[in-house]
Amino acid sequence: MPRSIERAEVQKLAGGRTRFVEVLPAREYEKNHLPGAIHLPLRQLETLARPTLDPARPVVVYCWDSG
Amino acid sequence: MGFVEVMDYVDGKLDWMAAGLPTEGKNAGKPTAGSIARHDSPTCELSESLGEVKKRVRAAGWDSCVVINSERVVLGMMGKKELTGDPELSIERAMRSGPSTYRPFVPIGEMAHELVDRDLPIAPVTTSDGRLVGLLKREDALRAFHEGRAQRRDDSAAMAS
Repeated sequence: MPRSIERAEVQKLAGGRTRFVEVLPAREYEKNHLPGAIHLPLRQLETLARPTLDPARPVVVYCWDSG
Repeated sequence: MGFVEVMDYVDGKLDWMAAGLPTEGKNAGKPTAGSIARHDSPTCELSESLGEVKKRVRAAGWDSCVVINSERVVLGMMGKKELTGDPELSIERAMRSGPSTYRPFVPIGEMAHELVDRDLPIAPVTTSDGRLVGLLKREDALRAFHEGRAQRRDDSAAMAS
């Protein structure tokens, strides 16, 4: 179960070892994404996460908002 | 999935952009409702009296105020007209309920058109769950829009030469 975090912690993690993953559609990702974030669409997250991400590095996943 | 740690930034990209933090992508750095909105606008609550709110709003150099609850959810607006009412009235009775609110990521050009077309001098900018991000003034939106247009013209001229 992912641990919920807020903006202050995200800012601390940015630029470090943590990988950021945006799960929104490609069009949204292309417009704006968090610095250094990669794009893994939600529908393909399960299949793409393993080959794309290093399991030894922490991961922050995000979409638009909590809604 | 066997990852050392997976975290969920629950408030997401909207929260990040609403805070004016940097992004990457083709729209990065372009002004939006959230980046141009003023974050120091006065606020008031339902139980306050119009008289005390008016004093506070004027002292802060404003002529309008956003009515919010304890979670900063926007409930109404006190514009110029509403602030001239009976000072004994409660904000709950004096305010304009249910104002149109705008999301922080709306491009400033779109916002400028909206505020002109609907003749709105100000507009509250909120998160999708209605929490106040800031107050966008029409004059600020128009200025940012025209500055952006001038910048794009300069960039095109520089590329052409």
